[in-house]
Amino acid sequence: MAFAAFSSNTPNKNSGQPVKSGKIVLALLLPGLIYLAMFFFIPLVALIQTSLVKRVSTPSVHFDPAWNWQNYADVISRYWPQITRSFGYAFVATLVALLISYPLAYFIGVKVRHRPVLQRLMVTLVIAPFFISFLLRTIAWKQLLADHTPIMEFVHQIGWLQPSQSFIGSGPAVVFGLIYNFIPFMTLPLYTTLERLDVRFLEAGSDLYASPSKVFRKITLPLSMPGIISGTLLTFIPIAGDYVNASQDFLGSEKTSMIGTMVVQDQLVTNNPQTATALSVLLMGMILVLVTIYVRRAGTEELL
Amino acid sequence: MATQLKVTGADLELIDVRKDFPGFTALDDMDLHIPAGQFFALLGPSGCGKTTTLRIVAGLETPTQGQVLIGGQDVTSMKPHERPVNTVFQSYALFPHMTILENVAFGLRQRKIDDPVAKAQEALDLVELGHIAARRPQQLSGGQQQRVALARALVNRPSLLLLDEPLGALDLKLRRQMQIELKAIQMEVGLTFLHVTHDQEEAMDMADTVAVMNKGRIEQMGAPEALYDRPKTAFVSKFLGQSNLFVGKVSDSNDSSVSIEVGGYKVTVDKKRAEKHTGKIAIGVRPEKATFHTSKPNLSSDHVMIGEGEIIDIRFTGVSNQYLIEIPNVGEVTVFAQNIGKSPVIELGAKVWVSWKVEHSFGLADLPDGSEEQD
Amino acid sequence: MRKLAIGRFIFPLYALLALVFLLIPIVYTFVFSFNQARRRNTIWNGFTLDHWANVCSRQDLCDALGTSLTISFISTLIATILGTALAIALVRYRFRARSAVSLSLFLPMATPEIVMGAGLASLFFSLGIERGMFTVILAHVMFCLSFVVTTVKARVQMLDPTLEEAASDLYATPTQVFWKVTFPLLVPGIMAAALLSFALSFDDFIITYFNAGNVTTFPLFIYVAAKGGLPPEANVIASSVFILAILIVVATQVYGNLKKKRLALAK
Repeated sequence: MAFAAFSSNTPNKNSGQPVKSGKIVLALLLPGLIYLAMFFFIPLVALIQTSLVKRVSTPSVHFDPAWNWQNYADVISRYWPQITRSFGYAFVATLVALLISYPLAYFIGVKVRHRPVLQRLMVTLVIAPFFISFLLRTIAWKQLLADHTPIMEFVHQIGWLQPSQSFIGSGPAVVFGLIYNFIPFMTLPLYTTLERLDVRFLEAGSDLYASPSKVFRKITLPLSMPGIISGTLLTFIPIAGDYVNASQDFLGSEKTSMIGTMVVQDQLVTNNPQTATALSVLLMGMILVLVTIYVRRAGTEELL
Repeated sequence: MATQLKVTGADLELIDVRKDFPGFTALDDMDLHIPAGQFFALLGPSGCGKTTTLRIVAGLETPTQGQVLIGGQDVTSMKPHERPVNTVFQSYALFPHMTILENVAFGLRQRKIDDPVAKAQEALDLVELGHIAARRPQQLSGGQQQRVALARALVNRPSLLLLDEPLGALDLKLRRQMQIELKAIQMEVGLTFLHVTHDQEEAMDMADTVAVMNKGRIEQMGAPEALYDRPKTAFVSKFLGQSNLFVGKVSDSNDSSVSIEVGGYKVTVDKKRAEKHTGKIAIGVRPEKATFHTSKPNLSSDHVMIGEGEIIDIRFTGVSNQYLIEIPNVGEVTVFAQNIGKSPVIELGAKVWVSWKVEHSFGLADLPDGSEEQD
Repeated sequence: MRKLAIGRFIFPLYALLALVFLLIPIVYTFVFSFNQARRRNTIWNGFTLDHWANVCSRQDLCDALGTSLTISFISTLIATILGTALAIALVRYRFRARSAVSLSLFLPMATPEIVMGAGLASLFFSLGIERGMFTVILAHVMFCLSFVVTTVKARVQMLDPTLEEAASDLYATPTQVFWKVTFPLLVPGIMAAALLSFALSFDDFIITYFNAGNVTTFPLFIYVAAKGGLPPEANVIASSVFILAILIVVATQVYGNLKKKRLALAK
């Protein structure tokens, strides 16, 4: 499945000696690669280029090609709260999603392994949210968690929130939405690795006098590392760039705006493509740096 | 119906074929001629180049240099689908998305032969699987899959049939049974078989000619009995059955025989059974050709006798007992004694003398590994 | 002993609660498709089948659905063809830039949608291409492509290359080998990739939002309507799509199960 996309390369058992043949390879590769170049790499260049233009507002708004690095300085100073908030939310939501998903994935992948029908039913339920519109799911939560709904009456009654406070529009509401929406992205790759986990390793571990918690830390966890890596990446990256959850029309408010909120606003509302694109480039750059560091670390030291 | 499948095989010729892979040479200037209609086995350990040879003949691998001729026609530059050759793959490679019948008809359909289904059915009948033609490969046992793979190849009446460890995935009992069937089919259809295997028993049992390969070269080639009776290299003597080898300088030589001295004993070989007659040579004998005596025997000069030694291990294998005898200054010697109740009752630690007839000695062209350095 | 017994209950109970949590918004959406409400479908007013009976009473909603289906279908088709070719090339052929190609196909998946959306919008803007259905399709093909490649690649890696060798040994030309052996064996992987691609495209909001111009897809309709009040017909459509998708999943699983059972019986 595509959810294994981020996990380390599985050894290629059967493919033997790849054939070499010039013309066929070219015919297979070229259309896709040209497409990739035209609609991924050139847009990235266009993005960088736009992020450097100068916005001139007199006589009418227009954009002069330039190397205007000032856009980046503007973006960083103006949107610093949104930048820290995006990565803060993404960090918390990814961590919580991992903590929620791991036991679930373990249960489906290991505990009900001997009951394949139940296992398949549970996997289907995990991916079920994919089949209903992302926006509608979020709207559903907005309405379920709005003021005066039974859930919120209860929350107010037990004193988790002051009577005057609304949940919707707060930071925790946005993080809640992010966690909910990305749990399947976390659970599925975890499930795929845990499902292949050979329980004989665990038995061997306890046979060699390891306590259950030690077996988990020394055997289960390291062996499920590929799933953890791909799950956290599949969750963290889209969350850091998410627009919907933090939007005022969904679970957020002005106080919860993230990078995505500002990109959409500048690009599509206030006609400031130079800042929208500069912010996008920053987001992409930060994600690439973080992902590289993370994969390096997790790929080498943590696995030992 | 078998007569319908009867074809005349073509001969196969490899001329100076070499195959280099990055980092190693899989085939080293190999020359080989297989006469039409022969059952020919390439025998060797994994990595010896036997599978590469087969793949080059099939056209699945291109040789770095050299020529491949089938029935006198140069096929070196032909693609696999253009060659009059079919292969039975080790994993059988049956198409999982087709029925058995469709699998067998595949080659016929590609060549647009009339009535492919009827011919395929006929071929399935030949391997006694006609009744399950509608099944899928996954539904068959290993032995059945093997026979389907055979039918799928044979139905095309190739000039040459290549078999890549075709029995390797079967259990021992089934393997022996399939050996008999395969041999019978080959005799019936009369085509040239090139069989690749690492199982010496399989090769000796089925093939008219066996070529023993090692490190990309053919070490020795011949009829199974001849190979076993007179191995010419240390590798062949050890790979094809077991051998006791003795290394020493030639100490005595006359018109008919050559002798070396090993640990104070004289080991003799007939001159016509020895590859080398001077210098340091290795002389061997098969363990079942040797016997042991509990007292020093009085033997004529047509016997080799060494000892005394001490029995250090006895293994009971059913049809024979295997004795390992340590002889001072010589080393370990293995002797097989048939389990017919006539061999002396003997125990570990017993003192024995080992002997065999000179006519059973064989002299090698090379020395066993590691004996070059020591003197 | 006591600890063990508790552990035995906690795990299934936890899994059950987690799954219920995942399903809450789906159930909510489904239930509110039967609500007697006009524009603001937020408070329960009573049961009605009206919205299911007259989905297209909101013509604009049905148009949006039609647009979404068209876009998803075309993008899936193109992305699947391009991606399958790339996947085969990556697994089966040795060429110099193989790892570079793999990396550049991985990058789009590591790119937040907002970045890809803004990038494509910048490109279309600077080329002066008017945004509309055409640009949306171009964008959708792009973000589906990498997912198709990874999904099909997994399937190609499982394919035993001796099957292809066997076919060419049995007189099939390279083209015949592909269409008679390689392709049929890849079909399950290609189908999975196409379904994934369709789902991604159908549900995409951000990239579409940046590149749609005047075109309204189903998610865009929901986005705009969410500000004023979502009509229950949207719930009907989402629920129908959901049920259809679940039916497809269940059907493939049941089919796979039956096939396995038949194989087991035959043996």
